[in-house]
Amino acid sequence: MTEIIMSQTPPILHAPSEKERKYDRQLRLWAASGQSALESANILLVNSGVGAVGAETLKNLVLPGIGRFAIYDEAVVQEADLGINFFLDESWLGRSRSQGLTELISELNPDVQGTWYPSENVKTLESLLVDDSQFTIILYTLPIRQGQLAQLEAYGQRHKTPLVAIHSAGFYSYFQLNLPGAFPIVDTHPDETATTDLRLLSPWPELVAFAEELTKDIDNLDNFEHGHLPYVVILLHYLGQWKASHNGNPPSTYKEKSEFRKLIQAAARTDNAEGGEENFDEAAAAVLKTLATPSLPSGLKEVFDHEHTSPAEQRSGFWLIADAVKQFYEKHGCLPLPGKLPDMKAQSKVYVQLQNIYKAKARKDAAEILEAVRAMPGGDRVDASEVELFCKNAAFVKLVNATGGPHAKTSPASRLKAVAEQEFSNDESASLTLSPLSLLPIYLALQATSHHVDSATPPRADNILAAIAERVPGAERNERVIQAAQEVVRAAGGELHNVAALTGGLVAQETIKIVTKQYIPIDNTCVYDGIAGRCQVLRL
Amino acid sequence: MSSQVHPSSEPARWRYLDQVRTRPGPFTNPDLFSGEQVAAAMESMKILVIGAGGLGCEILKNLALSGFKDIHVIDMDTIDISNLNRQFLFRQDDVGKSKAEVAARFVERRVRGVKITPHNKRIQDFDEDFYMQFQLVVCGLDSIEARRWINATLVNMVDEDVEDSYKPLIDGGTEGFKGQARVIIPTVTSCIECQLDMHAPRAAVPLCTLASIPRQPEHCIEWAHVIAWDQEKPFPALDKDDPEHISWLYQKALARAQEFNIQGVTYSLTQGVVKNIIPAIAATNSVIAAACCNEALKIASGCAPALGLPDNNYMMYSGNDAIYTYTFRHERKEDCPVCGNRPRELPVSGPQQTLRDLLDSLADRPEAQLKQPSARAAGKTLYMRVPESLEKQTRPNLEKTLAELGLEDGQEIAVSDPAFATVVFRFTLRFKQ
Repeated sequence: MTEIIMSQTPPILHAPSEKERKYDRQLRLWAASGQSALESANILLVNSGVGAVGAETLKNLVLPGIGRFAIYDEAVVQEADLGINFFLDESWLGRSRSQGLTELISELNPDVQGTWYPSENVKTLESLLVDDSQFTIILYTLPIRQGQLAQLEAYGQRHKTPLVAIHSAGFYSYFQLNLPGAFPIVDTHPDETATTDLRLLSPWPELVAFAEELTKDIDNLDNFEHGHLPYVVILLHYLGQWKASHNGNPPSTYKEKSEFRKLIQAAARTDNAEGGEENFDEAAAAVLKTLATPSLPSGLKEVFDHEHTSPAEQRSGFWLIADAVKQFYEKHGCLPLPGKLPDMKAQSKVYVQLQNIYKAKARKDAAEILEAVRAMPGGDRVDASEVELFCKNAAFVKLVNATGGPHAKTSPASRLKAVAEQEFSNDESASLTLSPLSLLPIYLALQATSHHVDSATPPRADNILAAIAERVPGAERNERVIQAAQEVVRAAGGELHNVAALTGGLVAQETIKIVTKQYIPIDNTCVYDGIAGRCQVLRL
Repeated sequence: MSSQVHPSSEPARWRYLDQVRTRPGPFTNPDLFSGEQVAAAMESMKILVIGAGGLGCEILKNLALSGFKDIHVIDMDTIDISNLNRQFLFRQDDVGKSKAEVAARFVERRVRGVKITPHNKRIQDFDEDFYMQFQLVVCGLDSIEARRWINATLVNMVDEDVEDSYKPLIDGGTEGFKGQARVIIPTVTSCIECQLDMHAPRAAVPLCTLASIPRQPEHCIEWAHVIAWDQEKPFPALDKDDPEHISWLYQKALARAQEFNIQGVTYSLTQGVVKNIIPAIAATNSVIAAACCNEALKIASGCAPALGLPDNNYMMYSGNDAIYTYTFRHERKEDCPVCGNRPRELPVSGPQQTLRDLLDSLADRPEAQLKQPSARAAGKTLYMRVPESLEKQTRPNLEKTLAELGLEDGQEIAVSDPAFATVVFRFTLRFKQ
């Protein structure tokens, strides 16, 4: 029988294409859907300042096959560029840095199209940004002239384009995502172990019937059958027994669950060759995790509670599905079933049957939600596969930048003050709590030089501290802020290649998350300290 | 601050680097720093890079742009098409060529004045004299075994009276969006063997599951790989890089999956399971390689405190849920078989366990991970894999119980493994019953 099936499948049909082979190691992370999103993206890098971090970021986007990129860089290649930037060489001295970077970075992947500015026809950043929305995301490096930053911000608001600010100097760097509004992610890729949802405390009739059928004569099963009962079935059976002797209540306290676990352990047969049963071990080990009363995950709660700032946002597929899931949750007291069954000791046939029971229930829940979505105004446009994905990941759906963007209730300046107060107060007790010290001082010191574009006169510590004092009064007297300012002075506006490469890796990674809408981007600022060798994410 | 820059031989080119590495900052330890000597010292320093793959390409670029001039690189691999999504020193036309050679030539061409010596060999092909010539070793490997080997070699080379015999080892590793960077000062800080249990091997699926009760697509693929291949031997030897061989396994696995109504066997999954493919992207390699080379620059120049000297020595990185790093101090272990001096406790079920079970368990234990152990106790050989005559002679011991072999609770056994020839792994047996 095996042979017949084999001969029906032509071997060549499934061999991967050239492109699948080239991208194999990343397709295992973001699949064909993520790859196609990358390939449709068009990225603008405004490469101001020393510009090594910009080039390193682009390298990490061109290699995995971003569709198109453009570089806007006004600099002319100097000797110092060759000591910091890998994508320039002698032949480019005295010529356009923008063109040099574009040509040498384009070599990395023939599938990617690169263009450079200023050019004959587009001489300024302003004229480049005049055109209609064409960029998926804009990255810019600091320091940058204030006027140019204003143009970028205006473009970002006009076209709802995400902006990423990047600043790398000496051993320090930070980058900041500026998303145009609340940014929901469904395909968050949680750890496999976290996603198990077996519904043992609220099983549905088909599951109950299946478990009862297998265990109705549990004591008279032969050793093989008994030793291959799936742990889900074992737990349901003994939960029934427990409830019968506890007024219909499941074990709820830690003490009760421990007792219940002992009950399971005692039910295992030990008079066999192995002296125990693996499936009962699995059942005992699963007690604490699977008998927890479900609560609404914080990420999803944030989605449910979100107040829309624009009508367009409200009508998107994601928010329609979110509303339907919320209704479902209010009606049933639980989320739609994800439907995934972890591996467990069982006979093949029994396991597959059980797996199908979970899958069928998941399909039923998803169908109910799809029906609710379709009944909403605009719901007929929503794709069934989008609903399915949402249901599968409902517990892990995440809203990034929920309170930021142009409609935020608080200003960036007041948020910075509040964060600073919190961070400095944490630092005072850091030696007691053994937590690492805040990297906010690094952000403050770098931010103070955001527009220091004159490389002839490097930044001075007193100027940096004065600028910090304006933003966060009092911070300029903090010892660690003073040290950070001194460290920024040492760099004298220059980059270190390693810090540029590391930061370029981080920024590329976050850009990929935003473009593919997979995994969870930072919210919203990441600071790197190359002296301590660590990062911190701050919500500013 | 008025401290002076001490320029290197090409001041205009290395301006940004010299500003930082030759001047003290607020965190610089003045006792370990001498600004005027940094540039020259780094230019004459010899540094070894192990691996010219995803991390290795980045490491070579980073070191060349950190002011190192004399770099050696070891890698015995050739370039595969699946490397091109991240190993940015290679092009389509390079497929099939030596990674070490192509990478070295590329960086030499791009960065004037740097010399990179490629070695298209295995690390085990070199002796201690070779490793002794370097002042720093940076590793970008995908194999735990190779890391353990170089770690044991560098620890072995330490001579307390010779300062130059301490070779700092900087090691990076990645898997998808995650990775780690660590600094090891042999015999001073915790070593790779001390940290072995942080990289536990994936639990193997029991043979009986593969043979009779498969439930997952992976079980069907492993069945084709482990059982069907052996039975049918469709080709003389399995070449995991040969699409024809993978196709054969895929067909077999698919047929078995259909027989058991199991869904999800694909060509890509077959390849992933059989080759144990770890996802890899440019971004993570960029982060981890740069974290390693940043430590190399700090160690070589003293311009800022490096990891491992003496506090935190390990940075864990995770980029799938926002960005998270955890930088901490991993403590040395007194019972580390490589850098410690005490035997390690080995829990054993009891005197009725066979020697075979005991030796097999060493492969799965996260802190041991020994796949081909030989063992001795109290001057007596329990089991030796080589030479063949001794193997034959000691083979019957495998089925004997520990009691029959006269091994008692608390007894010490000495285990060796050909993968780590210089190391004797000492264990103290602890009976549970």
